Amino acid sequence: MSEEQIRSLERNFNERIERDEKIEPKDWMPEKYRQTHIRQISQHAHSEIVGMLPEGNWITRAPSLRRKVALLAKVQDEAGHGLYLYSACETLGVTRDELYEQLHTGKAKYSSIFNYPALTWADMGAIGWLVDGAAIINQVPLCNTSYGPYARAMIRVCKEESFHQRQGFEIMLKLANGTPEQKELAQDALNRWWWPSLMMLGPTDDKSVHTEQSMKWKLKRKTNDELRQQFIDQTVPQADVLGLTIPDPDLKWNEERQSYDFGEIDWDEFWQVVKGHGPMNKERMKARVGAWERGTWVRDAAMAYAEKKRARKEKEAV
Amino acid sequence: MATKNWPLWEIFVRSKNGLEHRHFGSLHAADADMALENARDVYTRRNEGVSIWVVESKHITASNPENNGELFEPAQDKVYRHPTFYDVPDEVKHM
Repeated sequence: MSEEQIRSLERNFNERIERDEKIEPKDWMPEKYRQTHIRQISQHAHSEIVGMLPEGNWITRAPSLRRKVALLAKVQDEAGHGLYLYSACETLGVTRDELYEQLHTGKAKYSSIFNYPALTWADMGAIGWLVDGAAIINQVPLCNTSYGPYARAMIRVCKEESFHQRQGFEIMLKLANGTPEQKELAQDALNRWWWPSLMMLGPTDDKSVHTEQSMKWKLKRKTNDELRQQFIDQTVPQADVLGLTIPDPDLKWNEERQSYDFGEIDWDEFWQVVKGHGPMNKERMKARVGAWERGTWVRDAAMAYAEKKRARKEKEAV
Repeated sequence: MATKNWPLWEIFVRSKNGLEHRHFGSLHAADADMALENARDVYTRRNEGVSIWVVESKHITASNPENNGELFEPAQDKVYRHPTFYDVPDEVKHM
């Protein structure tokens, strides 16, 4: 194809997105669009899969049956979300095995929030309330993104996600209204998860390298800083309901902006964790790769059994 | 590494009787029975369906968007296939 032809195809493609038309798997798309989507959708899928680890660890230690079934259902949803997203990603011409390979070798990233440890039961509350809360803010605009399979997967994800946040908040509420020790547990979890949750919404706008292109492709509808402000503004009143204190001495209502001002985020910590030096990076990958490797014989056996059944059926048909 | 990868299946779900099966997404499974079981767990955790179809993806033949012109454009100038093409006086009711 000549450069002239490619330019004309690209012009046409960009106009379609501006008109809010969706792009579907077999449509022509610029190579950069394909690669950016593979990167973002797979990171998103990996985050769901790795995100099961900190919570899965608490299923057997949930304090009641009610809490246990809820947490179990939430973790199962996360597996489901990972699967919706992996299959959306595969429509771009990458295989599931390649995607796993990228995760397991560290070539692909996942949300760095999961590299923090879940130390107490209150962390199940804080993760649902804050981490899922921040995730929802990130994800809702994606229901309108330009790539059809991603948008459809996100609609399903968002529908299921609000239960996650409410179950987390309920855990926090119960602890915050419990014994002084329980309230302290809740406050401690908020103290540890608050700043990493703010970091989840990504680097500040002046440091974010993909924002401009992603806005054009509707992979992003709001900038990281706008999303972060939205998260803070809606979460602070929720902390008030809980009677807990957000661990930021600079946090205060700005009457003029009709928004909260907040303190400096420790971006050095963020980049350290992204680069693999968070408290749990090694542990998470060890658990994930280990599970994958220990499952090899099961996957092989299922395939062998399927082939045996098929062969038997064919023989009977003759 | 598994020696053979599980093939990809397309999942169609009927959300309630009276409605058609609609494409919900895809997943990997060793065979059709496993695809059905996995589809039940992945796509119908909240009463989204009363019936599931699974089809191995490789069996689907799809039209190519490059041919959209010849396939779909001819329908665009056939306005006479729509009721609004026909002039009927206002006083004629129920038509």
